[in-house]
Amino acid sequence: MTHDEIIKTIIASSGTSPDVQRQQLLQYLCQIQHDLSHIPGHAITQLADLMQMPEAEIHGVIDFYSFLHKDARGEYDILLSDSITDHMLGSRTLLQQLCNRLGVEPGVPRSDGRVTVDTTSCTGLCDQGPAMLVNGTAVSRLSDSRIEQICALIEAGTGVSQWPAEFFEIEDNILRRDLLLSDETTAASPDGSALRALIASSSDALLDVIEQSGLRGRGGAGFRTGMKWRFCKQAESDSHYVVCNADEGEPGTFKDRVLLNSYADSVFEGMTLCAGIIGAQRGYLYLRGEYRYLLEPLQAVLQQRRDSGLLGQGILGKNGFDFDIEIHLGAGAYICGEESSLIESLEGKRGIPRKRPPFPVTLGYLNKPTVVNNVETFMAAAKIAALGADWYCAAGTPESSGTKVLSISGDCERPGIYEYPFGVTIKQVLEDCGATNTQAVQIAGAAGTTLPVADADRCIAFEDVSTAGSIMVFNNERNLLDMVQNFAHFFVHESCGFCTPCRVGGSLLKDLVEKLVNGHATQYDVAEMKQIGALMQGTSFCGLGTTAANPVLDLLNRFPQLVEEQLAHSGYEPAFDLDASLQEARDITGRDDAGAHIGSHT
Amino acid sequence: MNEVKTFRLDGVDIEFSEGDTIMDAALRAGAYIPHLCHNPEFTPHGSCRVCIVEVNGGQVSACTQPAAAGLEVDNASDAIVEERRNLLQMLFVEGNHMCPGCEKSGACQLQAVAYYTGMLSPHYTHFFPQRSVDASHPDTAIDFNRCILCELCVRASRDVDHKNVFSLRGRGIDTQLTINSPSGKLGDSTFAATDKAAHVCPVGAILPKHRGYEQPIGNRLYDRQPISVVGDVAAYEPGNKGDGHD
Repeated sequence: MTHDEIIKTIIASSGTSPDVQRQQLLQYLCQIQHDLSHIPGHAITQLADLMQMPEAEIHGVIDFYSFLHKDARGEYDILLSDSITDHMLGSRTLLQQLCNRLGVEPGVPRSDGRVTVDTTSCTGLCDQGPAMLVNGTAVSRLSDSRIEQICALIEAGTGVSQWPAEFFEIEDNILRRDLLLSDETTAASPDGSALRALIASSSDALLDVIEQSGLRGRGGAGFRTGMKWRFCKQAESDSHYVVCNADEGEPGTFKDRVLLNSYADSVFEGMTLCAGIIGAQRGYLYLRGEYRYLLEPLQAVLQQRRDSGLLGQGILGKNGFDFDIEIHLGAGAYICGEESSLIESLEGKRGIPRKRPPFPVTLGYLNKPTVVNNVETFMAAAKIAALGADWYCAAGTPESSGTKVLSISGDCERPGIYEYPFGVTIKQVLEDCGATNTQAVQIAGAAGTTLPVADADRCIAFEDVSTAGSIMVFNNERNLLDMVQNFAHFFVHESCGFCTPCRVGGSLLKDLVEKLVNGHATQYDVAEMKQIGALMQGTSFCGLGTTAANPVLDLLNRFPQLVEEQLAHSGYEPAFDLDASLQEARDITGRDDAGAHIGSHT
Repeated sequence: MNEVKTFRLDGVDIEFSEGDTIMDAALRAGAYIPHLCHNPEFTPHGSCRVCIVEVNGGQVSACTQPAAAGLEVDNASDAIVEERRNLLQMLFVEGNHMCPGCEKSGACQLQAVAYYTGMLSPHYTHFFPQRSVDASHPDTAIDFNRCILCELCVRASRDVDHKNVFSLRGRGIDTQLTINSPSGKLGDSTFAATDKAAHVCPVGAILPKHRGYEQPIGNRLYDRQPISVVGDVAAYEPGNKGDGHD
């Protein structure tokens, strides 16, 4: 097929009115990117004509998502995961090796159009990294030899589908099971037991069960699930929506990948249960672009459920119980994990957060009442409906009932997935995963909190240390500044740019962290970082901005000795490096002798 | 029946109606809450964060926060004023704002709010971004160096002019205002100097051509009285003169 034919086929595949098609814009763009490795200008013109929208707006959408490109990326589009845990496993050296062997600069396609090598935010394979994506498919456990093999395959022009299967083996690595992941309860769900329970009683009764279970949102914020569902149910409208947030972008989190890989049935069951309770007929699973390789398997599970009468018209033979689920892909934007950004993205737009109130439960997808819950929340809800609130409340603490699935990575012998009852101490978690000589634990990802090991007696629970699941372990050999620098870059890359403190403050903060790392920061800069960080926490528009300064502030407040060792002991250091500023002049003149340098920072 | 509902703004009772934001009610009462991306003619946006106020111990943007009876709103504490000043300083270093050489100087809301909050210098390290000037349109020039991404022109062109001349592209610190035309130039778009979008820019990014220094420095909008008294510059645009300001 020619480019034009591919574009026409994609556009013809769904939607009739420009309004409906506009909601599919991001999905069209993802498909065109996937098929053509870029979005050509004439595709943008065609889409603009078809949807009766300005081309500039389509450019705005393309620019917003890291995985969409207007210039060809090369037959092999390689993205190395740039999470701190990948760095710790040697990804920076492997990136260099890959670039050297292939003769490319990061981010620049090779002149023959064969390959592009670039980095991307955490790909959710921290327990089996360093990891990369090649044309959207994940390759785990990169090593010198694997990189050599990959380079040979690329030079030989071997299609990715012909690469050795072991490259693409992604393991679940479930190392501790509790309520959700234990084999007995797993068997209880795929048969539609939650939906049978719903049909056998009533939506009100089942909603009571969810409320009694004390289930709280597993995406990190911990809002009471039953209450959210009740608000949405009570919001009057001609239609309601159920959205599953599978945009698992928090660095160090990968439990949703495992749940979607091995427990998708339970997740869809939970979404269908929610639909039955709130009266929704349509649901969406928003799958992060990094997990594109899960798309086909997930669609197969959906089809199976339709074939078994668990989705579609008249679910389980009950008249009027109609619900179906569509999967939408993200395209490399961490901000879309924020629920209102996710809704904007679902509608095909730039993922800019909405102002709150109104909340999605009253004005969500297409301005209709919408429940947005995390993958794990839906799965837990399905289990609770089938097995009862008491079964669930038996685990956990009074404030945080049930269990939490943790993604553990970093300096430990056994990284992977661990399910614990809430209330487990960090000490216990560290022991179980084989972490020794620990310096600090980063909990809840880049947006979370850095705890010195002295705080390991604290508990994982909403009332103590709350997390959506990310636990990254750092031993005493590590320089925590590397982590803080990685996170500062991450937030600059992922800020949507809507509000001043996150957009500008994040960049200022990143530059100051760099100054600190380079040994040029003074006490004055430390005060600046604290002030900018506090401003971002206090005044940002959404959760990304209010948490983006956390790693820097935690470093300054909890690890003052590390900072002190790093400071330049002069009263004032300029913000720019005079000698580095002369680099352009040196490049132009081709000089690099002593006379072409200045100052003490050479 | 129709009991008047009020909240307190810096100790003063402010009346409000159902559906009002804190900003709506304050504007109507003639109480000034500094703002840049807000214009009462458009849907509240909440992006510049300059209208941040303290409400019951938390910080919210006045332009997006619904008013509620009994709220204690702090609009003038030292901490709030300092935060606003810092946000303005961030906007100043993000773009290239050379006030002495800017035609909008003296009638620029960014400058006026900066004076109002006591900003004496941009404080932070300048970004000095490379941005362009678009002089392709016969009647209007755009200087992207001064854009603060308030999206008022985007909203005006979309919601009032129904032309969609402006939109944003990029992400994060790379976000920029962009023109919807084949060449990306304003002269190539459907923009007209009579558009609403030509009369809402709070800074000197969108300026009429062929007119320069008609108002001498010293006689400009904010030269004699502070913005807290004079109000938004957009309210003084042709056809709008004095609207909402008595």
